[in-house]
Amino acid sequence: MVRLKNIQKEYNGSVAVDDLNLEIEKGQFVVLIGPSGCGKTTTLKMINRLIEPTSGSVFINGEDVTKVNPVALRRKIGYVIQQIGLFPNMTIMQNIEVVPKLLKWPADKRRERAQELLRLVEMDPEVYGDRYPSELSGGQQQRIGVLRALAAEPPLILMDEPFGALDPITKELLQDELKKLQTSLGKTIVFVTHDMDEALKLADYIVLMKDGRVVQADAPEELLSNPKNEFVAEFIGKHRMNSNFCIDEVKDVMKTKPVTATREKGIGESIALMKSRNVDSIIVVDKAGRFEGIVTIGRIMTDGKNHKNISRLVEEDVPVVKMDSNAKEAFDLLIQNKLDFIPAIDDDNVVKGLITKSSIAKAMAEVVWKGADND
Amino acid sequence: MIDFIRFVAENRSDLYSALTQHIFITITAVLSGAVLAIPFGIFLTRRPAIANPVMAAVGVSQTIPSLVMFGIAMPILGIGVKTALVVLVIYSIFPILRNTFTGISGVDEKYKEAAKGMGMNGRQVLFNVEIPLAMPLIITGIRISTVYIISWATLAALIGGGGLGDLIFTGLQTYNYNMILLGALPACILAVAANGIIGLLQKAAVPKGLDK
Repeated sequence: MVRLKNIQKEYNGSVAVDDLNLEIEKGQFVVLIGPSGCGKTTTLKMINRLIEPTSGSVFINGEDVTKVNPVALRRKIGYVIQQIGLFPNMTIMQNIEVVPKLLKWPADKRRERAQELLRLVEMDPEVYGDRYPSELSGGQQQRIGVLRALAAEPPLILMDEPFGALDPITKELLQDELKKLQTSLGKTIVFVTHDMDEALKLADYIVLMKDGRVVQADAPEELLSNPKNEFVAEFIGKHRMNSNFCIDEVKDVMKTKPVTATREKGIGESIALMKSRNVDSIIVVDKAGRFEGIVTIGRIMTDGKNHKNISRLVEEDVPVVKMDSNAKEAFDLLIQNKLDFIPAIDDDNVVKGLITKSSIAKAMAEVVWKGADND
Repeated sequence: MIDFIRFVAENRSDLYSALTQHIFITITAVLSGAVLAIPFGIFLTRRPAIANPVMAAVGVSQTIPSLVMFGIAMPILGIGVKTALVVLVIYSIFPILRNTFTGISGVDEKYKEAAKGMGMNGRQVLFNVEIPLAMPLIITGIRISTVYIISWATLAALIGGGGLGDLIFTGLQTYNYNMILLGALPACILAVAANGIIGLLQKAAVPKGLDK
């Protein structure tokens, strides 16, 4: 699908990307990773010619893209940037419709497509379609950023650290969604990140770069089990959990610093809190920090206007786990009930953290990496 | 007071013609200024090398009192509305040029990168992204220009530019306070009204998502 052949990029004599060769197959999720300045973003941007290579060629489906009109080329390739870059002067629908509009799709087809995409990520077009980006949380905005890249059905999508600026919980949600979308829609994705956890979670194929060169390009399992050299081992190792880490109990894998509020929290304040922390739910506690329930943004959106504070919107019938209970049971609970998170409490019912899907990844990573490195 | 009202009634045809001329001068000057300044301001954002000296020169020119400019222009262009208009157009350019330049250069790089990366060409980035995002500043520039021009246009009477300034200067020469007021009051009201009207215009022209 995409082939980079002897790609070279120099800036004023210094080499950013050095004679790089890379083959990306159709439907593959490829992650370019490496320390900052390794040339990963430069490599990505040479695919859609936001950066022109000094020498070498880029082929997409056999066609040398350095010979085609760059504007026409970019319309056929989805593009998502870290800073999201939704146009603040356009509504959500208009933002999603940008590329179809550039491609001169008829208005009703554009509209239909945008609505279909919003539904795909469970955002009601009636509710969100006419809003402006500033009215959405960071996580919602980047969801739209991804949809915008999908709008004209490009077979190839480039993503430049798209989730880098999001909080961990939202980040995981979006990673899950993206992976799901990618598999179900059969897209080829080239994704830049410096976060090894993210790479391991998303990639079919990881390209680890350093100083403008590919150090190792392999499937994630291969990279973990057979690191080619010291640098690879170290780069993976840096992202490894402490090897004395014990994963038996919830408290070993839970996220700390959950977003909490008391029942007296005003509706507006709660929305602001969710927005600032980029979460969809708040854990409701009493004054002593003891668990009372949760309140979700969905509930606030539907019923919030009838209430002054969140006390009546609290959902109390949600599972919780004890901090010192077995982590695996918590994971089972999470998966079976299709929950986004489970609050973790201590013996006095005080909320201490939460278990999310990333907690599982964390625990599994621990198992995978344990013993591979003894530092 | 009653005396003044009677005076207004007696001279209403003079007032009317002075006022319409004043408005005509203002609108012509500001519109021409905008037509020249907006494209030039955008052009300067594409030429950073010349932008700095040009903007510096504009900053200096703006501090020259308009009376001096009228004084310089008169021997060259003669007296009359035309000369007045030339000077006023030059003055109206400054704030609009400055604000257009600042507005367009101030558009966050991320929007431009997203736009370009999605396949907009230079013109599309300009019209779909940069100009809408710079719109609040550009209109503010027009607003500042208009209010300045309304007051400076009164001085244009000195070189035969007509307008409300005619009434003021005639009043000053003949110690006729009513005559002075007949020119000065409408000029003040005009300035305040223009400011308000453009304010409303701004609300309509500025993309909605930006005021949140």
